[in-house]
Amino acid sequence: MNDIWAGIASAIRLILTADANLVEISLRSLQVTLSALAIACLIALPLGTFLAIQRFRFRRGVIAVLNALMGLPPVVVGLVVYILLSRAGPFGVLNLLFTPTAMVIAQVIIITPLIASITHQAMRDLWAEYHDLLISLNTGKLQRVATLIRDGRRSLMTAALAGFGRAIGEVGAIMIVGGNIEHHTRVLTTAIALETGRGDFALALGLGFVLIGLALGVNLLTHWLGRTEVEGRW
Amino acid sequence: MVSLFPLTLTEGLVRRRGRVIMGPVSLTVEGRGLTVLMGPNGAGKSTLLKALHGIERLSAGRLGHGCPSDQSHAAQAFVFQTPVVLRRSVAANLAYPLKLHGVGRAERARLIEDWSARIRLSDRLDQPAARLSGGERQKLATARALIRSPQLLFLDEPTANLDGRSTREIEDLLRAARDGGTRIVMATHDFAQARRLADDAWFMMNGRIVETGPSPQFFDTPTRSETRAFLRGDILE
Ligand SMILES: Nc1ncnc2c1ncn2[C@@H]1O[C@H](COP(=O)(O)OP(=O)(O)O)[C@@H](O)[C@H]1O
Ligand SMILES: [Mg+2]
Repeated sequence: MNDIWAGIASAIRLILTADANLVEISLRSLQVTLSALAIACLIALPLGTFLAIQRFRFRRGVIAVLNALMGLPPVVVGLVVYILLSRAGPFGVLNLLFTPTAMVIAQVIIITPLIASITHQAMRDLWAEYHDLLISLNTGKLQRVATLIRDGRRSLMTAALAGFGRAIGEVGAIMIVGGNIEHHTRVLTTAIALETGRGDFALALGLGFVLIGLALGVNLLTHWLGRTEVEGRW
Repeated sequence: MVSLFPLTLTEGLVRRRGRVIMGPVSLTVEGRGLTVLMGPNGAGKSTLLKALHGIERLSAGRLGHGCPSDQSHAAQAFVFQTPVVLRRSVAANLAYPLKLHGVGRAERARLIEDWSARIRLSDRLDQPAARLSGGERQKLATARALIRSPQLLFLDEPTANLDGRSTREIEDLLRAARDGGTRIVMATHDFAQARRLADDAWFMMNGRIVETGPSPQFFDTPTRSETRAFLRGDILE
């Protein structure tokens, strides 16, 4: 018990003194996750919007695949990416295994279906609401998409936040493809796993507090967006 | 601008899930005035309005305009039964159709000021339209439809569920638009309103036009027994 209290105390000290190790790991986490988020959004937001307003032959199939991908266990994603990037794999020559890039790739695969699926649902509802008016005004496809994206921006933000939350807290896949190498691929979650195993509760808890802070911040922002949605502000 | 009229629907028929829900209907809409479309629930009024507007796919028949069909949309507007309110401010709602048609900033500002005053929402221009009451939303949708001075305006039960005052305000907007030269076709369930507004009336049942005629004759001396029964308030199947 004493160990734990001492751990919490020194965790707080690490945060207050901006411990170099803690800052480095936190920043790498943010860098990997934000890179993955940017790429995933670039794919998922247009894809989700497109699925919501465009009828085409395999639409239902694509949506089903998307939902199935959303349920993929991250560890399996990690395994597959590992195989693809390992020396013997098809992308082995790129030498990406155990780099932050490999972690970004794994995270993109994990969160793109999630963001696309949330975007699709939100845009589908908005399209149902706007459909008659936009058809009556004889809007072109681009004008429709622009209108939906503009007026659905809160939902898109919410989708992106969900993706961020999932990526920043993910451990299985990035442990496998990143290798948790010190000063290279060690991020919040993998560092916590390691330090806990080693019994260094101070650093593990310090990193844990940072992670909780980020997750909480995302939740608050999502909540706030939901409220402005109802009230129709900004 | 080229005239949209005459707008003609020839043997128009709409079939959904194998069932004919409207038609065959042949109609010509011309020049001026306000036409009221009446009939029991499910008669096909909404479907006919959308068909005339060109947003309901016809299973048979054809729709024709006096102008090239790519110009026909810009000359019309439609106010839906549940008014569509964009998740934007009141001002941005009014601006939306203007921006789509490339109306310049100064002209937009002038029109928004003018129309928001007419619907008495001038002091709420910056508020989200989602916060408006039912009557205010309907006024906003009507103003947004009229802001480009369309040649032809359709309204689908524009005052259903509104209180007396909102209804009067909408009716005033419609009268002013009609007197300004906008041709209006509206569905309504409200007999008193129909008598107040109509220059002529169409009566519809089971997807077909049963009787048409100028007001007040249509209301005072309808020729068909179905129309008489409907106007008496008998329930029609
Ligand atoms: N998309 C649709 N699919 C199947 N039936 C429909 C559809 N839209 C309307 N209907 C049916 O067509 C009939 C006419 O509908 P509508 O034009 O809305 O009538 P009204 O406006 O006079 O009440 C109704 O019986 C309605 O149930
Ligand atoms: Mg109707």
